Amino acid sequence: MATLAVMFKIDGEGMVHALQQAGEKLDAANGQAVLDFSAVRRVDPAAVSALEELAGIADGRGVKLALRGVNIDVYKVLKLAALAPRFSFLS
Amino acid sequence: MPEKSSLGEERMAYLEGLIRQARTAAAVFTQCTQEDVDRIVKQMVLAGLEQAQYLARLAIEETRLGVLEDKAIKNMVATEFVYNYVKDKRTVGTIREFPERGLAEVAEPIGVILSLTPITNPTSTVLFKCIMAIKTRNAVIFSPHPKAWRCCSEAVRIMYETAVKHGAPQGVFTCLELHDLQDNAYLMRHKDVGLIDATGGPGAVKAAYSSGKPALGVGPGNTPVYLEKTADPDMAVVDIITSKTFDNGTICASEQTVVIDDEIYDLVLKKFADLGAHICSEQEAALLARTVIDPATGFMRPMAVGQKATDIARVVGLSAKPNAKLLIAPIQGVGREHPLSAEKLCPVLAVYRAKSVDEAFKVCVDVNHAGGLGHTAVIFSSNNDIIRKFGEVINAGRIIVNSPGSIGALGGVYNDMVPTFSFGCGTGGGNSTTDNVNVYHYLNIKRVARRTPAHMWFRIPSQIYFNMNAVENLREFPSRSTIIVSNPALEQIGHVDIVRRYIPPETAVHVAVIPDAEPEAKVVMQGVEALHFYKADQIIALGGGSMIDAAKIMKLKYESPDADLEELAAPFLDIRKRVVQYPTEKVNRARLIAISTTSGTGSEITPFAVMFDKQNGRKVTLADYSLTPDVAIVDPQFVMSMPKGLTADTGIDCLTHGLEAAVSIYASPFTDCNAMQAIQLAFKYLPIAYEHPHDEEARTMMHNAASIAAIAFSNASVGVNHALAHAFGARFGVAHGRANALMLPHVIAYNASVPTKFMPSPNQRAYSAHTRYALMADLLSLGGSTVEDKVKKLITAIEQLLDRLAFPRSIADLGISREQFERAVPDLVKIAFDDPSWRSNPRMPLLSELQELFWSAYQGRPATQRASRQQTA
Repeated sequence: MATLAVMFKIDGEGMVHALQQAGEKLDAANGQAVLDFSAVRRVDPAAVSALEELAGIADGRGVKLALRGVNIDVYKVLKLAALAPRFSFLS
Repeated sequence: MPEKSSLGEERMAYLEGLIRQARTAAAVFTQCTQEDVDRIVKQMVLAGLEQAQYLARLAIEETRLGVLEDKAIKNMVATEFVYNYVKDKRTVGTIREFPERGLAEVAEPIGVILSLTPITNPTSTVLFKCIMAIKTRNAVIFSPHPKAWRCCSEAVRIMYETAVKHGAPQGVFTCLELHDLQDNAYLMRHKDVGLIDATGGPGAVKAAYSSGKPALGVGPGNTPVYLEKTADPDMAVVDIITSKTFDNGTICASEQTVVIDDEIYDLVLKKFADLGAHICSEQEAALLARTVIDPATGFMRPMAVGQKATDIARVVGLSAKPNAKLLIAPIQGVGREHPLSAEKLCPVLAVYRAKSVDEAFKVCVDVNHAGGLGHTAVIFSSNNDIIRKFGEVINAGRIIVNSPGSIGALGGVYNDMVPTFSFGCGTGGGNSTTDNVNVYHYLNIKRVARRTPAHMWFRIPSQIYFNMNAVENLREFPSRSTIIVSNPALEQIGHVDIVRRYIPPETAVHVAVIPDAEPEAKVVMQGVEALHFYKADQIIALGGGSMIDAAKIMKLKYESPDADLEELAAPFLDIRKRVVQYPTEKVNRARLIAISTTSGTGSEITPFAVMFDKQNGRKVTLADYSLTPDVAIVDPQFVMSMPKGLTADTGIDCLTHGLEAAVSIYASPFTDCNAMQAIQLAFKYLPIAYEHPHDEEARTMMHNAASIAAIAFSNASVGVNHALAHAFGARFGVAHGRANALMLPHVIAYNASVPTKFMPSPNQRAYSAHTRYALMADLLSLGGSTVEDKVKKLITAIEQLLDRLAFPRSIADLGISREQFERAVPDLVKIAFDDPSWRSNPRMPLLSELQELFWSAYQGRPATQRASRQQTA
């Protein structure tokens, strides 16, 4: 992912808000965006919904989303919620 | 997506929304800890207790079934009692550990559960299932009975709001809006529903099980009660009334037909009447049956379910008192002709007068089979034998003893069963479990199994005497009556007399001379007769392997006359897990002292005995450590006159024992030292003993080597070399040692190469046969710089040894034609594969590989080439 245009730091506390902000800035992403999840310890249903929504926006704008630093518990949530295929994952 | 549905798009979107919400909640829930769920559950339980009466009132108002007070109690049981059971249970992460077995159980939530709840116990069932779901981190979509939807949805709301308030994910519970069977069918088949928990009528349960999803289906009952004459009638009557009137009999575990012993029948009915039951006359019973049971179906009428006894009595027109609690109707049989023998979820009870225990049991079984299989049964008795027999003959997941059926089956009140509101009915009821459904049914339990080393052993005779004149140690063994088992040749050359000389003089000594061949049953039994006749307390086996084997079997049959030799020879994979157990009870006792007169088989040490099954023309191997001689005497004076050929044959047998034990999957530090020592001794002293038969040191060391190798292979076993040699030797009448020699270089090359199939062996951390052979080469100072070199040098050294002993180097050299051998090979391969010897070989032989090994031995081509081609890196 050397050509990243945008990098979003997702705060574990205000996650839904951060994801909504990321969605608004996706136009600047130049085809690719990375969401830094290293500060996210847990996700709640609202965050999962926000992620799903963001993935929908990204699809619509032709932006590929990558999640960086997702811990294994959150990764499992995304797998169980059938969201994992919509992202790529970076360590 | 489920199969195509006739649901409208809007309805489907609604259901999909529910599923998505539940799936997300379940996914998020996986992040919660045990502490999280325990905290949430406690608050839910408190909320449920707080609202118990409120929810009971809602249920009564909506369903018009049951008793308010009892429904409130049920709500409290569903919360408090269930909490008491689950509060300390681990349901997150590692839930149980068995360190001594290297096992741990880890909980994995199911995800989304579709839960059907009944009309009879609506709110209590919802409370119960909510608590179970949160405790196990699952999300639930509730589908209540349509006639109990309002009270159930309120119960779900209370539980949901409390759970979310204290940390459960949003969407963890949802309740289907007013729905129909199509909704249930759609959800039951949805890919994102992990489990269906159907508590309800037969239709709901059947639909759940027919959906193709994992399901907990809890069906109808028909509880028989046996009131046996030794029971406490006062307790029984109160318990039955308590149970059958509880919530107007809506619990499906409640009593349906009470079978009463003739001796106490009148007394029991009087007690029922005294406590408020109305006993129906014959005419009344017939009227009651028509009202409660639908003659068209044989099942109870819905209008009767959960109604008061007085209300039913009024409808029927019975002359019951205004405060009648229970309507009791005598019946004369079970089945459609006796309608009241069916399930009646109302305060109507059938009674049957039984003339005997046998008749009572039969009627109970009939009731059990008339719609109640797998559910619940009750017995009142103080006769433990009758209680036990009742438990055996009745097919019920819950057999309640001396307690009320309905409350007893719920668990936790009258007994220590798991509290529940869902009764598994086993296969008899079309269910997958007979359990009281509980939190563990809401979990996938994963087993983390750590590698555990198999227990190993090292068993040998308790005393081993060796070196020249070791036979003098016979003086140490007092005996009243000793039998010497030997053969004519040994008697003739004076060996038997030498033995006699050292037996204490007060001992009565008798000699049993038997042929020097693998013993037949007839010979063994003659020896056993002699042991009985002389009341022997000591057996001295003097001879080669066959003689000592014969004595082992004689001892076995003498000590345990009922031992079935054919059965004891049954095949096994692991001696510790074998099906057949050798007898431990002994009628007689005799010490077995084994004195070997050859230096190869090691039978004086081993737990094996081979006998000849003349009838079937085959050898039968017995193997058990109880066959191990008590004392081994390894005295070289008995082998000084061994012929050259026998010296070579037995010596190579000894070497093969050492080589195979050293690479066996059962090899251990306890056996390695013996195997390696035996190999070193054999390499050094076998050629000398062969070429200089009177060399006492060489004879002594080879005699020791045979016993030391036997110590190793008695505990580590042998390998594929023996399997091949047994098959080939038996088919072509070739001596065992000679047959071993023909296979040996090829088997070493085979074992040293990369296996096609590895042998499962928990005690081995890596494949090591090749490095073990290399170690042997080092011990023998054969040189070589790499493992491959060293293996080749070991093979070469063995080939040179075989040459020095003048062994034929190929099967062809024995004069066996290619055609003759070709015809034999298919059988040889089969027999070798059936031979237990290879079970401890380091690599698992394929049939094709056994065939290849036979042909290698036939051609005698240099085995080093093979080792070179396939050497393990």
